[in-house]
Amino acid sequence: MSGINDFAFKMATVNGTGSASANSLLMQAIFRMGIPVTGKNIFPSNIQGLPTFYEVRVSKDGYTARPQFVDLVVALNPSTYAKDIATVRPGGYLVYDSSWPLDAELEREGITILGIPFGRMCVDTFVGDRDRTLLRNIVYAGALAALLEIDMDIIGQMLIEKFSKKKKLLESNNTAIRLGYDYAKEHFACPLPFHLEKMDATGDSILIDGNTAAGLGAVYAGATVGAWYPITPSTSLMEAFRMFCERYRVEPETGLHKYCIIQAEDELSAAGIVIGAGWAGARAFTNTSGPGISLMQEFIGLAYYTEIPAVFYDIQRTGPATGMPTRTQQCDLMSLAYASHGDTKHIVLFPCSPEECFYIGTTAFDLAERFQTPVFVASDLDIGMNDWMCKRLVWDDSYQPDRGKVLDAAALEQVKKFSRYLDVDGDGIAARTLPGVHPNGAYFVRGSGHDKHGAYTEDSDAYQEVVDRLTRKFATAATVVPAPEFHLQPNAHVAIVSLGSCHTAVLEAIDRLREQGIVADYMRIKAFPFNSSVREFIDAHDAVFVVEQNRDAQLRSLLAIETGVPRDNMTPVLDYGGMPLTANVVVTAVTNHLANHFAQVPA
Amino acid sequence: MTSIAKPPVRHPGLQRNALGFTVRDYEGAMSTLCAGCGHDSVTAALVQSFWELSLPPHRAAKMSGIGCSSKTTAYFMKQSHGFNSVHGRMPSVTSGASAANRDLTYIGISGDGDSLSIGLGQLSHAIRRNVRMLYVIDNNGVYGLTKGQFSASADIGSTSKKGEANMQQPIDPVLLALTLGATFVARSFSGDKAQLVPILKAGLSHNGLALIDVISPCVTFNDHEGSTKSYKFTREHEVEISAADFVPLRREITAPDTESDVSVVAMHDGSTVRFRKTADSYDPTDREQAYAHVRACQLRHEVATGLLFIDESGQDMHAMANTVQRPLVDVPFADLCPGNAALQSLMARYR
Repeated sequence: MSGINDFAFKMATVNGTGSASANSLLMQAIFRMGIPVTGKNIFPSNIQGLPTFYEVRVSKDGYTARPQFVDLVVALNPSTYAKDIATVRPGGYLVYDSSWPLDAELEREGITILGIPFGRMCVDTFVGDRDRTLLRNIVYAGALAALLEIDMDIIGQMLIEKFSKKKKLLESNNTAIRLGYDYAKEHFACPLPFHLEKMDATGDSILIDGNTAAGLGAVYAGATVGAWYPITPSTSLMEAFRMFCERYRVEPETGLHKYCIIQAEDELSAAGIVIGAGWAGARAFTNTSGPGISLMQEFIGLAYYTEIPAVFYDIQRTGPATGMPTRTQQCDLMSLAYASHGDTKHIVLFPCSPEECFYIGTTAFDLAERFQTPVFVASDLDIGMNDWMCKRLVWDDSYQPDRGKVLDAAALEQVKKFSRYLDVDGDGIAARTLPGVHPNGAYFVRGSGHDKHGAYTEDSDAYQEVVDRLTRKFATAATVVPAPEFHLQPNAHVAIVSLGSCHTAVLEAIDRLREQGIVADYMRIKAFPFNSSVREFIDAHDAVFVVEQNRDAQLRSLLAIETGVPRDNMTPVLDYGGMPLTANVVVTAVTNHLANHFAQVPA
Repeated sequence: MTSIAKPPVRHPGLQRNALGFTVRDYEGAMSTLCAGCGHDSVTAALVQSFWELSLPPHRAAKMSGIGCSSKTTAYFMKQSHGFNSVHGRMPSVTSGASAANRDLTYIGISGDGDSLSIGLGQLSHAIRRNVRMLYVIDNNGVYGLTKGQFSASADIGSTSKKGEANMQQPIDPVLLALTLGATFVARSFSGDKAQLVPILKAGLSHNGLALIDVISPCVTFNDHEGSTKSYKFTREHEVEISAADFVPLRREITAPDTESDVSVVAMHDGSTVRFRKTADSYDPTDREQAYAHVRACQLRHEVATGLLFIDESGQDMHAMANTVQRPLVDVPFADLCPGNAALQSLMARYR
């Protein structure tokens, strides 16, 4: 149960009132105390006035998945009081704004209610509506600092860093922090039974969100052209790319940019720009979400069939249609794997954390150029927009991009007749040329039927020869894409297969299952197509659970289609309500299934 | 280029350009369009323009979408890279290619279906972006490959081959481009090579997107009595309101620019466009006048042709994006990757 450095708390506020900065202040302060911490921002698809939540989990053991229960709720949004109170675990605490009385109906047995007059204190202390609203958040941060024993020196230092150039703001924020802190100290027994104690477990870590890390990764991978259309939750990826380009890619002497970002008129155009740039030889990418992927379908097929490298970051959100744009899901797995009309298959990468979003940049661009094909990075809102605790990023300065088979001017000088789609090496990958390099390299890219020379064809054999080679190319890709990550234990009873942002919850679930006597092996899929070890792992286990965040068990379907394992040999564990996965979902599903299974066995 | 396969014979007396190429060296594969198609004449004018400008074929990129017009990129400059993409999306592919390699000459060939229906948004935004490219619309008012449906450029009252009249308002690419702020807008007629070639050459030197709407009759589906995009109708209703000559930088200018009936616009690459005065003392550098004039012609059922508007002072996509002069594809990786030292100092911000 909850205790020192092992608990969760939640802020329930109204969006557009400035609570985000107070929440990240709290999380970062805990992180700087050396305690593993993670934050999930559960926000509405709206700019101002709707309920928003921020959940912080503190875990001395380093678990970073979303918690099942919270120990304390700071309820500052009367419209969600009833629900917020219901989420407090028995024995937990509720902090509310006692400037206004709490409806007696809302009182609940078994929890402790702490009233703090945030609103009234702000009205008494600060001038103007804006300050009174914004600083109310800092006041609750101060109260939490007292209740949870957050190091006030660290908070003070962070405020100095943040407002070093705005003295007045620094003053008012310091006042606000003290208001909350002093009130809590004076009126309650601080700290609460669960609270913080300094540790030394975050020294080698950073707090970063996946979109920032992915944008940084694209800079490091040498991407020069980024094209996009704004869509939640992917927007911050291109914003990060721009921010890092402004930092690292501006010629100091001239102020000119070694990058070109194009905000396109729609996702179709963004895909076209990326494909045009890839054809011309640049490392180019777009970032989007499910609806954008739907719009890009035609272009994806063109790039697949004409064999042009392009990288697509899909920050998945809850579908279908507009769905819930600010909620997470892993719902585009099928639509990415087989995107576009006709026979198409694509390389898809599944990062499990912001850290991997950074490193996957080079993997994605290398694979796209090596296999001359679209490559998808299937991230999601949870990874993309939440701050995760990750290992400090490092870069290998010896890295050189894999540009694949590209004939340069010297090579083309020796070529008599260039055939664009000729498989010389038997790996399914033909050499390509870039426009403008040499007259001998010129060829005509066509989405229409073409033969191995790139010439127009309506001949069955010539057409099939090309699409069959694409199949061989895909088979080669299966041996090169990142292999699964295995977590094996002696005498495992069951196996879990999962991917992406489920990872942290699955790892935690495996620990909790072991405490219950259930030993689970775990395979985290890192890429599509699946390499041969995927099937071997599934075949080696009798009870296989496939954990994913969509309704239709899309990963299980892909596994069945591509490996030949019968679908019903794999038990789906599905969580698709839009919230980041909790370990509890996995533990419950596995234990229930095993209980039911054994119940059916005749005595 | 033509619908007749020509033998690969080169007449020894054929004139050669500065690169040593004959005009035949700028030709492409045999056209598979209908005999007499206006598009083949446009292709011939393009070939002539490239040859006259001594354009190195391998430094040009031929971009297109889908449709009869889009097929024509295969019929010229066989030594150039070509990209036949998807319907209505040539402008985005060209934008991306230009972003990556700004040094190539981009020649986009489109049609009225490709650019005014499915690709209207892409055309509009390529104009706003001002991608440096020649953008030719082979405009025949009809869908050829799907056999004769009206396109968005069909005039009200113009009849289809089956006799049905178009009721919907036409989209005029010239008026559209003028409205959207295009910096080079022209209209010509596939049957008027003498007018078309200098316009194409000027467009290839333009510092931005050069839009050329070419009335290019469809002999199979839209060349009958009652069509307003037929050879006959266009010949009878064409009014040249601006007459331009293009003078490349390297050619010696023989006629003095002080001639009273000539005005001169200097292109950013040092070449010039010389406008001969026409009856109405038309000013091709005045956007409002150009719009009013073209609109007035339209109301009189006249087809206004010529280089209708030019503004060499505009910023192209790269100027707006402030990109380096060197093509991004040529920037070495070492100049793109900040390295581990920079990463380690950045990491402090995420603590």
